[in-house]
Amino acid sequence: MMPSMLNTRLLSAGVLVSVSALALSACAPKPPKQLPPEPGPPVTNTMPAPAPVVPVGPAPGSQADFLASVNGRDTIHFALDKYDIDQISADILRVQAGWLLKYPGKKATIEGHADERGTRDYNLALGERRANSAKAFLVSLGVDASRLTTVSYGKERPVDTASTEEAWAKNRRAVTVTID
Amino acid sequence: MMMRKFSCGLLAGAALMAAGAIHAQTIAPAPMVTPNPPPAADNGVLTGTVSDDTAWQSLGIAIPSFATNADVPTAASAGSTAQVGRAIAEVITGDLKNNGLFKPTGPNSLPPIPIIQVLTPDFPTWSTRGAEMLVHGSVSAASNGNLVVGCYLYDVSLRQQLVKATWEMAPGDWRRAAHKCADTVYSRLSGESPFFDSRIAYIAETGPKDHRMKRLAIMDSDGANHRFITTGQAMALTPRFSPDYRKIVYLSYLNGRPRIYVYDVESASQKMIAEPGSPAFAPRWSPDGKWILYSMAHAGNTNIYRVSSQGGISQKLTETPGINVGGSYSPDGSKIVFESDRGGSQQIYVMNADGSNQRRISFFGGRAATPEWSPRGDQIAFTHIAGNLRIAVMGVDGGGMRYLTNAWQDEAPTWAPNGRIIQFFRTEKGTGKTSIWQVDLTGRNERRLPTPVDGSDPSWGPVRQ
Repeated sequence: MMPSMLNTRLLSAGVLVSVSALALSACAPKPPKQLPPEPGPPVTNTMPAPAPVVPVGPAPGSQADFLASVNGRDTIHFALDKYDIDQISADILRVQAGWLLKYPGKKATIEGHADERGTRDYNLALGERRANSAKAFLVSLGVDASRLTTVSYGKERPVDTASTEEAWAKNRRAVTVTID
Repeated sequence: MMMRKFSCGLLAGAALMAAGAIHAQTIAPAPMVTPNPPPAADNGVLTGTVSDDTAWQSLGIAIPSFATNADVPTAASAGSTAQVGRAIAEVITGDLKNNGLFKPTGPNSLPPIPIIQVLTPDFPTWSTRGAEMLVHGSVSAASNGNLVVGCYLYDVSLRQQLVKATWEMAPGDWRRAAHKCADTVYSRLSGESPFFDSRIAYIAETGPKDHRMKRLAIMDSDGANHRFITTGQAMALTPRFSPDYRKIVYLSYLNGRPRIYVYDVESASQKMIAEPGSPAFAPRWSPDGKWILYSMAHAGNTNIYRVSSQGGISQKLTETPGINVGGSYSPDGSKIVFESDRGGSQQIYVMNADGSNQRRISFFGGRAATPEWSPRGDQIAFTHIAGNLRIAVMGVDGGGMRYLTNAWQDEAPTWAPNGRIIQFFRTEKGTGKTSIWQVDLTGRNERRLPTPVDGSDPSWGPVRQ
């Protein structure tokens, strides 16, 4: 959600990420052929890395752990008016599913969103539809449906507040949030 | 709060009788603000209606302060009877000036009249000042603490009284008397049904675009008597007044789950309706208040359901893959117009109230959303999406589509009780700031409704009884 914060956190968890991602791939029914691409330049922050005590990762099974495990990729995006899961989204969801299968006691909410260029009611339905697409995909990978709830915020919660095509593309999304 | 007693016309005599001895001094009216008003129609009735596309002439109406027999203190917020009389004339002027039909001149530009003139206007003076229509009125304090307000409309050139009405109300309801008088004048001169004495439910918005607080709020049709109903901790959306104003149905994210609630205005309590375990939104009343339509998402599809407003089992009205959402009853309750993307994109459909005979009616390109059936039954207002979002109307068969607004993003039209004015909300590009607007059916007369904070999702209740 907040990339800069996330990246800082990922720095310290870097080692853990790759380890757990490898471990996870063994659990997933349809393991990705390769690890998902890096989420972009991790940190261009000039701040020195946090004073190295021994890097302690987030508590296993926590939302922080989830974020670290999925390389911060808790969000998938959609084309205009679409709700289908494309290849990039599928790769992201596979990694998410890996974590969810590793922690079968954990539940998650998938938040569906739409861009601002639509009517309020329809966008609520569209956001729900996107969240449900993500949920259905995770379920197809073996995650128990009863562990996943969906909620739509329609166009009410943009992550990018600009009124541009670029911002709208970012806002058409489904975000997986695990429940601590 | 409510106007308990509403005796129309009965007290007219009494009100002026109570005037008692008054100074019958004549004060020459100051020049009207209206320089060259068009001639009055012979019968005092405008020839055009608001739905005409042709230009009409604005009728000059003078509305001096309502007179009082005795200037005594009242419990009204406006002050003494004389102050209430002036405030009422101001409210009437504000009501009448925003619809393109009239050119009202209010008490700020006119001298007060002695109470004797309420029943016997000084026609020659008003005539030379260019007024075509004249609104006079009286305010007096009844012994029971109520206010008695008389309202009289005169045709200046005919020197004739066109209509009169009198209301008794609690002092706190003085604005309603003004709206009732404006309604009386509007109806008599336009031939249309009244709508000023009505209330609006809407969503009050504050805060930054990515963290907007959205609260349920209500206000009078002119923005007065504003009240927040929810605190904003749970996001509220899409409110609708019940036809009797006792309840408001709306969407709340209470406990993080979007569900439909019916809020009881008097008891300030609310209950969830149709808890189906799935997200529900877009609630609407039937015209008789017996049913609530809502949309519920399940497994990615959204369908429209109907439930008794008392609660109970829901009936599914649509059954297609895709998004079926919203819904608005025809005034007789026999049909429902709604939105569906079953054909690939958002379009407008009509069905019988039991869900049978579903058919698409919008075929003009672009997408069409949020249809609302006019209370008169002859038009459907909706949001047209082709790049920008604009308010448009069409016939009930989908013909005669035309735009009423042209901005970056206008959406969610709802009708005034008389089916002549449409409200909607406008979103500003970039900032995401929202505001409530009204437009008449010509699209020419557009005005922003004053709200204390940003506003969206306006919905009009019926004219109050």
